[in-house]
Amino acid sequence: MAKPPEFDIPEAGDYIFTPPVMPDAMSHSQPYVAKDVHQEAIGFPGELIDNWQQVAVDKLGELTKKYRGLQVYLDSCVKCGACTDKCHYFLGTGDPKNMPVARQDLLRKVYRRYYTLPGKYFPKLVGAEDLTEEVLDDWYKYYHQCSQCRRCSVYCPYGIDTAEVSMAAREIMDTVGKGQKYCNEIIGKVHKIGNNLGLPEPALADTLEGLEEDVLEDDGVPVKFPLNVKGADILLVTPSADFFAEPHIDGLIGYAKVFHQAGLSWTVSSHASEAANFGLFIGSYENMQKVAVRIREAALELGVKRIVFGECGHAWRVGYSFLNTLAGPFDFLDPNYPVPQHIVEVTHDLMQQGRIKLDPEANDDKRVTFHDSCNVARASRMGSKAGGQFTLPREIIKASCNHFYDMRADTIGEATFCCGGGGGLLTDDLIELRTKGALPRMQALKELNDQHQITHMAAICAICKSQFAKVLPYYGFEMDQIISVHQLVGDALVMDTEH
Amino acid sequence: MGLVLSGILYVTLIVFALGLLRRIVRYASTPAPLKIPTTPAPTTRSGVVFRLGREVVFFESLFKASKWTWLFGWLFHAGLFFVLLCHLRYFTEPVWGWVALIAPFSPYAGIMMLVGLAGLLSRRFLVDRVRYISAPSDFLMLIFLMAIAGSGLAMRYGLHADIVQVKQFALGLFSFDFGYLAFNPVLVIHLLLVAVLLLIFPFSKLLHAPGLFFSPSRNQVDNPRERRHIARWAKPFDATRSEKYRG
Ligand code: HEM
Ligand code: HEM
Ligand code: SF4
Ligand code: SF4
Repeated sequence: MAKPPEFDIPEAGDYIFTPPVMPDAMSHSQPYVAKDVHQEAIGFPGELIDNWQQVAVDKLGELTKKYRGLQVYLDSCVKCGACTDKCHYFLGTGDPKNMPVARQDLLRKVYRRYYTLPGKYFPKLVGAEDLTEEVLDDWYKYYHQCSQCRRCSVYCPYGIDTAEVSMAAREIMDTVGKGQKYCNEIIGKVHKIGNNLGLPEPALADTLEGLEEDVLEDDGVPVKFPLNVKGADILLVTPSADFFAEPHIDGLIGYAKVFHQAGLSWTVSSHASEAANFGLFIGSYENMQKVAVRIREAALELGVKRIVFGECGHAWRVGYSFLNTLAGPFDFLDPNYPVPQHIVEVTHDLMQQGRIKLDPEANDDKRVTFHDSCNVARASRMGSKAGGQFTLPREIIKASCNHFYDMRADTIGEATFCCGGGGGLLTDDLIELRTKGALPRMQALKELNDQHQITHMAAICAICKSQFAKVLPYYGFEMDQIISVHQLVGDALVMDTEH
Repeated sequence: MGLVLSGILYVTLIVFALGLLRRIVRYASTPAPLKIPTTPAPTTRSGVVFRLGREVVFFESLFKASKWTWLFGWLFHAGLFFVLLCHLRYFTEPVWGWVALIAPFSPYAGIMMLVGLAGLLSRRFLVDRVRYISAPSDFLMLIFLMAIAGSGLAMRYGLHADIVQVKQFALGLFSFDFGYLAFNPVLVIHLLLVAVLLLIFPFSKLLHAPGLFFSPSRNQVDNPRERRHIARWAKPFDATRSEKYRG
């Protein structure tokens, strides 16, 4: 187990407990501020500019004209309180500014002050406030305590999505020179090298070669991990964590085995060797588009017919919901397949067509549950029917193992809890927040574990996997209890040894 | 008396109509550059209409969130809606058959409103989370609506207004023929409060009523892969514009 953290780890109780309001419980939590090099690399000022107040207020006005969602959300909230107990960061910390509506209000009070009549003339009455340094500090702290998971938007009677508000706030902060180091440094790396980790092509080639050897050794099957192969049918775009992190890598091996067994030709591209798109987290359309367009370029360069995304939650949101907008149209690809496709959709199709066979007994040593990743659940779809993002992965898992159990209904599906590390918060400087934010999920897992002795929780998101590997031990589980869905698939897949 | 009240109502009606129109035009003309429906979302237009319908009629999302808020909120809104329908009897001559039919139940709807509002108000005091997010205006709005409903009910159950006269007055608003209105303090209060309601509607959180219909997380169709969605302002840097990216 990692060294004990310097904060109290909450205890997962028998049920999800709504804490009393504890003002400022997390007011000490904030991520490292981006350095000038990180800011400038992605087109923002290096440090807090002199006239930041004016620029921030103007930017807010500009954003309300560019994004209808933001405009409607800032106007419409009636303070009904329905969302107040829905955020895992509130449930885990009790800090009232982590209640979604209160988080929105940090921006809304400034909007009201500068852009609405009552806020101009009766600020106290309607809770409007000037944009002061304290307010900016609060923005920086609490808009980096939102994983943009959209759980609040499910329950709000108008669908007010705090994620959108957080993204706007982060974009405003970037514009005035107060960005977050973790996200902005990573976006810079993607622009420059092609992936979040800054893994250059030769290193990637090495890694993939190593994987081929490993699989050959373990399974006796010559499964290939092709890189930059022109004329391959499928371009696999996957989070770079899949290339080297545990348990992600077993997922990648799973995809490769599926492709191999189904006889599909595929390749990874070093130019687009990253599925994640951190431009989303900072609300920057321009950066998000720049990152997304690499995928188009790679598809064109390699002449592929299909684009398939690996297991990555936010990537799938950008892939499914935005890729066509940001980098489409993809009329040069095979029209028989949606663009892009999720690896789960691919595996599911192959399974249904009988082109691959899964033997669930291979996973008889496991008792498995599934964590619905927030952005897959509430910001995307799989398959042709609404809700396919819940049924398809479960069907695959059930075909791959005999012992599958779901956690409580109000913690899965559209009601799923974020792992605690999404939305650009998966950084060690926020470990307290991440640990506390994982509480609701850990509680639900513990409850299921008490009934069914769960050995593994499967996920389809690189962030979820990294986050759980880190925080599971804090709650009395083992770090290797989090696994990739395609690890289960890979293990259950019946392989022909000569192919 | 009638003249002054008519004047006030005209002015506030104009502010209300123009203010609301301005907001709606703003919402309608602001692009939603990305597909952000909260999923699972309908994959067809008619599905979206159905989803919005459930939100408007049943407060579906609120029901998922909090049964108490839902109960009080729904009682209030349903009561309000019913009362407003019954109020049509002041503005129609002859009174439409179905309005005449439901009109006798209006006081019960008024009481429903009051109960709902009282419940919502007590939530604001009693639940620490809701108290934390409430600004003075949030309390006032509820008290204010209770005053409208209360003054209406007071006329029904005590200080009766001359309904025939009220009707002449209300119809006169449409024909610019300002009737004499006997001074009934409760009625004056009722009408002044209504005037204030109209005035603040386009500048307050009451914008939730039009807002719901423009909320992209609720009104978008889940079909981004099938149909390319692109905002006006995003077109200049569309990937396909640059030769380098052409397929
Ligand atoms: C399309 C029509 C409308 C819909 C769908 C709608 C829906 C809602 C919902 C779901 C809530 C949250 C639950 C609650 O607190 O009651 C709410 C709150 C509220 N609505 Fe409406 N509403 C509509 C029209 C109106 C109108 C016309 C008024 C004006 C008199 C109004 C006044 C309020 C007030 C004051 C609240 C806040 C209640 C509180 O403070 O807790 N609504 N509305
Ligand atoms: C110009 C517009 C309006 C006029 C002329 C008007 C007039 C009246 C009158 C004369 C009554 C007494 C009914 C009776 O004694 O039988 C009444 C009742 C009532 N009014 Fe209004 N009113 C108006 C607008 C509103 C609005 C906008 C609301 C709600 C927000 C409202 C809510 C009520 C309620 C709850 C009652 C009691 C229930 C009932 O007896 O119908 N009124 N109104
Ligand atoms: S989007 Fe998620 S993290 Fe952010 S406020 Fe809503 S529930 Fe909390
Ligand atoms: S649920 Fe929606 S309307 Fe209600 S307080 Fe939260 S954000 Fe505001």
